Amino acid sequence: MKRHSIFGGCLLALALSAAASAQSPRVQDQPDDGQWVMAAKNYASTRFSTLTDINTQTVKNLKLAWTFSTGLTRGHEAAPLVVSNTMYIVTPWPNILYALDLTKPGGTVKWSYQPKPSPSSQGVACCDVINRGAAYFNGRIYYNTLDLHTVAVDAATGKEIWNTKLGDINKGESMTMAPIVAKGVVIAGNSGGEFGVRGWLTGLDAKDGKILWRAYAAGPDKDVLIGPNFHPFYSADRSPDLGAKTWPGDAWKIGGGSGWSWISYDAELNLIYYGTSNPGPWNADQRPGDNKWTCSIFARRPETGEAIWAYQINPHDDHDYDGVNENVLLDLTINGRVRKVLVHPDRNARMYVIDRATGEVISAETYAYTNTSEGVELKTGRIKTNPAKATGLKTGKDICPAPPGGKDWQPSAFSPRTGWLYVPHNNLCYEAQSVEANYIAGTPYVGQNVRMYPGPGGHRGEFSAWDPVAGKTMWTVKEMFPAWSGAVVTAGDVVFYGTMDGWFRALDAKTGMQLWQFKAGSGIISQPITYKGPDGKQYVAVLSGVGGWAGAIVAGTLNADDGTGALGFLNAMADLPKYTTKGGMLYVFALP
Amino acid sequence: MCLRFPSWVYPTVVWLGTGWGCIAAERHTLRVCADPNNLPFSNQTGEGIENKLAQLIAHNLDAELKYVWFSERKNFLKNSLHANLCDAVLGVPINLEEQLLTRPYYRSTYVIVTRADRALNIESLYDRHLKGLRIGLHIVEDDYAPPGHLLAAQGLSSQIVGYSLYGAYGESDPPARLIEAVAKNEIDVAIVWGPFAGYFARKSTIPLAVEPVSPNRFQMIPFTYSIGVAVRKGDVPLQSAIQQVLDRECQRIRALVKEYAFPSLEEDAPSCATRPSAAVFSR
Repeated sequence: MKRHSIFGGCLLALALSAAASAQSPRVQDQPDDGQWVMAAKNYASTRFSTLTDINTQTVKNLKLAWTFSTGLTRGHEAAPLVVSNTMYIVTPWPNILYALDLTKPGGTVKWSYQPKPSPSSQGVACCDVINRGAAYFNGRIYYNTLDLHTVAVDAATGKEIWNTKLGDINKGESMTMAPIVAKGVVIAGNSGGEFGVRGWLTGLDAKDGKILWRAYAAGPDKDVLIGPNFHPFYSADRSPDLGAKTWPGDAWKIGGGSGWSWISYDAELNLIYYGTSNPGPWNADQRPGDNKWTCSIFARRPETGEAIWAYQINPHDDHDYDGVNENVLLDLTINGRVRKVLVHPDRNARMYVIDRATGEVISAETYAYTNTSEGVELKTGRIKTNPAKATGLKTGKDICPAPPGGKDWQPSAFSPRTGWLYVPHNNLCYEAQSVEANYIAGTPYVGQNVRMYPGPGGHRGEFSAWDPVAGKTMWTVKEMFPAWSGAVVTAGDVVFYGTMDGWFRALDAKTGMQLWQFKAGSGIISQPITYKGPDGKQYVAVLSGVGGWAGAIVAGTLNADDGTGALGFLNAMADLPKYTTKGGMLYVFALP
Repeated sequence: MCLRFPSWVYPTVVWLGTGWGCIAAERHTLRVCADPNNLPFSNQTGEGIENKLAQLIAHNLDAELKYVWFSERKNFLKNSLHANLCDAVLGVPINLEEQLLTRPYYRSTYVIVTRADRALNIESLYDRHLKGLRIGLHIVEDDYAPPGHLLAAQGLSSQIVGYSLYGAYGESDPPARLIEAVAKNEIDVAIVWGPFAGYFARKSTIPLAVEPVSPNRFQMIPFTYSIGVAVRKGDVPLQSAIQQVLDRECQRIRALVKEYAFPSLEEDAPSCATRPSAAVFSR
């Protein structure tokens, strides 16, 4: 057969990739039964639905079908679940679980479960008393309460099956994340990147709630569950006990690194992926060293917690850039090779594409404006930080992105149809000064005074489509406020997200053109979902209820004159109360 | 004349409407937010200096004292005073900006606590003898106590041992663990806010030495603070009513500060003689 050699390699690559996909489907092509059984939709965390009734042609006719009030006024960040014609909603503190019967008109309450978390846990949570949702597995709903209990509730009856206390709110820790269940293990981590807390991830037996393992982010290898099978990609990460040796003295015991956000799971590699939060104290000069394994991504075995690889995104973090953002698992053809990757939009404004089998960084392009780093050295995996933007005790100005990062917890969605990641994110910069007089428990001190403000362009948020192979933005919609809600994208090529001023928007996934919008009663900072109802129709559901770190000015009625409130976020959000009021409400939409 | 208000009207509204003198005649309630377990400042059985002072203020104002017990955690003032759960919080540094403060009724300093029998004689935070010692500091929110910044700049970070200010809240007086750690030789030195040190060192069966830190600031971070009573911004009538009590009872309050063994630099102590025009302490 005669072929021009110039095409040969290319065809071969195509053939290989076709063969690969024929043998094993791409991880992003997840089966979809129209339900929504975990916060991120599936283990790959794509938040992609194969439903197509609501599409670029029909979405303009989308109408409100029914609503449900949670009766609570703090920030609502959870994704509803839909299983067997029942919708499950976890509220912010006091963390009530509602089961709504979708077979009845208007979603009647079937039952509610009230775990009654400690009232004092409200004072411990750093950033509003939010909860990010539940996971369904084997007839049970699993979720976490603010006062560090993981509970298993019978999905049919609402009866508590087990309730395991994982930590102590008196230590300054709490729990806000949505757990996942992988290989029969419920996996959850603590919140409180705040100084004094030791961050961990824990696995519990889904059957009885027994604690199977706990992996700390910092400390000697035995505490981090690093053993003989730990093979980080970069040689500098291979010495023993780096989780203790990269800290001054015993500071690793109190240095943070909590696992407060998303967990993904690759069943084929049998690895879970999650990130750890920032180190404390805030003055980085007080903790010389890399402060491993804070601001890192871990790959672990779900059954044992054993670490297989780890990669530290931001060594010796100086800007509160937690490494906890979502890890979307994708099989991408990069330079002609199918790579099993995870895509991680970090707070440091870089989009990490990492080989999820090995921990090798393939690329780390910027998806939001940054001046704190200049790039990632691919040979060593180490980020090149900009020393001019280090803070410490100095006054630092024009530092971008601000502590909530290019993007905070708000999870992206990926469409296998476009091959793009849909990223709700921030456009915030900050200045830091170490002069604010403060006091706690009878003790006067001086804290870091942080003021955030809009980044270049003057808008505070963006919603972007990102091509993870090309490493570039395909389109961007500017938002007045940080885009603090999650995203969902469908096979109808529609992508949904909400805004802090209360708009629930549908965009064309290919062009970013707005196709539909609805004004909710309160700002949206939750995770929208879509599902097939008992009537066979496609529905879209989202909780409104502004709050969280960004919306604390509304939900916590803080004083806008104090720009440093909500850890400096208030300065950037002073006008939010003009645009929205508080109040938790579920909105469900359908075509007529 | 005195207007009568239904009982649910917050006293703050009343202060603003009619002034303090009128309220006193009606015997209103003075609501004070305080930590139920934080000696030497306050506890639920009334043993703290702020318990005593709250009684003194309420007595002078002929008001009924009502405690609102509230753990002094993150956002304490926001969640208590600013949420209108109470009218006053005692023992607050006067340079806090979000509330209205009286003039200070004492001024104290961070101190160095060591075992007397070890005669370490640490004279300043620059003392070269600190090198090699285990130095305990409270963890205060996202920070070590203020002298930690100076220690870090001296390259002493690896010797710092953090103690939670909140501690195990089920135990009594969690902040005392840091001072007890010196007595038990868990650490060589504690650098701690003076009132904790003075009060708990005196209770210690092992003699402890308590010396003010030197220098008294590092860059923009002071190690000495003036302490007053906080009320909500705008609540000038209550602020001045409390100020009058503080002025009138100045000698008794000074005696209280002494009784609780709060280290107080003599030249910094608010003078009763110069009141009420001690403008030097207002910010």
